[in-house]
Amino acid sequence: MLLLERRQVNSRLMQYASPILALVLTLITGFLIFLGLDRDPVEGLRHFFITPISDAIGWAELGLKAAPLLLCAAGLTVCYRAKLWNIGAEGHFLMGAVGATIVALQIGESSGFWVLPLVLLAGIVFGALWSAIAAFLKTHFHCNEILTTIMLNYIALNLLLFCVHGPLKDPYGFSFPQSAMFGDSALLPMLIPGTRLHIGLLFAVLAAVAVGVLFARTFIGFQLKVLGEDEQAAQFAGFPRKRLIWFAFLVAGGLAGLAGASEVTGPIGQLVPQVSPGYGYTAIIVVFMGRMKAVGLILASALLALTFLGGEMMQIAMNLPKAMTGLFQGLLLFYLLACDAFIHYRVRLKHKPVAESRPASTPVATQES
Amino acid sequence: MELDMIVNILSATVVAGTPLLMVALGELICERSGVLNLGQEGMMLIGAVAGFAAVFATGSLLAGVIVGMLAGVAMSLLFGFMAITLAANQYAAGLALTIFGTGLSAFIGADYVGKTIDGFTKIAIPGLSDIPVLGPVLFNHDLLVYVSLGLFVAVYVFLRHSRGGLLLRAVGESPESANANGLPVLLIRYLAVSFGGALAGLAGAYLSLAYTPLWTEGMTAGRGWIALALVVFATWRPVRVLLGAYLFGLASILHLVLQGFGWDISPELLAMLPYVVTVVVLVLLSANPTRTRLHTPLSIGQPYRPNR
Repeated sequence: MLLLERRQVNSRLMQYASPILALVLTLITGFLIFLGLDRDPVEGLRHFFITPISDAIGWAELGLKAAPLLLCAAGLTVCYRAKLWNIGAEGHFLMGAVGATIVALQIGESSGFWVLPLVLLAGIVFGALWSAIAAFLKTHFHCNEILTTIMLNYIALNLLLFCVHGPLKDPYGFSFPQSAMFGDSALLPMLIPGTRLHIGLLFAVLAAVAVGVLFARTFIGFQLKVLGEDEQAAQFAGFPRKRLIWFAFLVAGGLAGLAGASEVTGPIGQLVPQVSPGYGYTAIIVVFMGRMKAVGLILASALLALTFLGGEMMQIAMNLPKAMTGLFQGLLLFYLLACDAFIHYRVRLKHKPVAESRPASTPVATQES
Repeated sequence: MELDMIVNILSATVVAGTPLLMVALGELICERSGVLNLGQEGMMLIGAVAGFAAVFATGSLLAGVIVGMLAGVAMSLLFGFMAITLAANQYAAGLALTIFGTGLSAFIGADYVGKTIDGFTKIAIPGLSDIPVLGPVLFNHDLLVYVSLGLFVAVYVFLRHSRGGLLLRAVGESPESANANGLPVLLIRYLAVSFGGALAGLAGAYLSLAYTPLWTEGMTAGRGWIALALVVFATWRPVRVLLGAYLFGLASILHLVLQGFGWDISPELLAMLPYVVTVVVLVLLSANPTRTRLHTPLSIGQPYRPNR
């Protein structure tokens, strides 16, 4: 019989060991999956986790994929610390991309140092406005933010599809549903010449650090933490609950919007329907893996960026579905949650105590697993 | 509007509402036990792909339905292990289930894209289906529509008039006192979660075997999430779940209706409708927090660990 016993103090060791343990368990499961598919598991795991980053270009691609994840995750962290379950990063991201595109297409070929900041700002504003809907519904109508943000994700996706099929469609695009290419001055400068890595990665790292500082050093960060840990205490202390909710949602929306804007002004250079391979959803895993701390978020976003590259590599090198990405991401999150249980609990193996065999009046204290 | 058209719309509404009814009834039981499972979307997708694969392999629709349901149960047990045994955060575990289910279903389903099967066909109930208006709306559907109505009756009777339903509600309202009274809280929660998984799997199988007999990636299109909103909308009561499911079913075919009227609205904007309706309904219902709170199972979302 497996017994979970509450620890007196949360285990600090498990706090940090748990993500690593989760990764190891995911690798073991991946090994078994490849065995089950009748493929060489060593080769499979190598192609998934190592081949994509075996050269400098690969590392640049990793940074390229990690940047939007990190931006979205940094924003979500502000919400999740306050136990605001914003699932809407995907929608904020898509609307950010749409907003940046609208402005970039208006500007066209005009040049000037102000063009790019304006385009990025449009992305931030659109993302924040989209997020503000959920904040408004929560503060004024007590709507569950999980459900509203999810619905807003689907609505945002359909709005984006509407835009690329309609008003933002490239008139010279051979009827492909995509926008015109942006002018040169609306494109993000490259970080490393010869690769596709752009300065969006710097924004992302900066955002992660800023969120770290927010919670470590500022009063508003403290208020958010209290709101998350004990809402009644926050109320008792007179913290402005509504204003804190608005703050968290606007930051999350703005950062995810910036991520969307960086995608269309970075590697893609135009708005396309598949602008996000699910960055907003994957960012949720990044937040949990990264322990809501700057360094953790950076490491976790790199790891999950790798799952996107690995999925693509599966398709190219092993003729397996790209969907392996989602499979590994889901496994990683599952194992993480399972391992996290041991932050609060320790496991004890125990023989069935005599008291257990008494009839139904005995409170059931254990659960077989 | 002509009567024929109204009948067609209502009949299509019942069909579109059926998967929502199935998954929402499952989630209703689950939430009544105090467990919030956000993984409905993932379980539906797994049920859809597993059911489709089973029919493709065996040619038997019954096998498809059973495999779809079992796949849903297997997924829900994964969630149960996290959320009940390990007392993990229910929100995170449910999200994990959806992310995992979306990935796994796309992975399994990659081989089945573009393949076809013979799905469920309509069975007109003799006699009843000849009633004007009511007949074609209610009694000329595939077998699973009738099954969903049977499930509704079963859930209604179970919750209102059975000892099991009483125990379930006791666990959802106060696991502590249920435990003190000797109820196996965790076991009851496992059963409720499994029931939710079975019905989500069934709802998924309905989509891939009856609604559109084929498999496409992400074919549930957010129905699992809409069902979660539906349970809130229904304030955890079965009759309202039934009405709500058909209301949302209507919203999801409304774009077909409007196109039928020749309204010149882009299909992408119309495709938004069910999600917009869901938000609007959430606003209308949540605006009065005391009323919602009155019916919410008290322990919902909180993991329970018996002392010791």
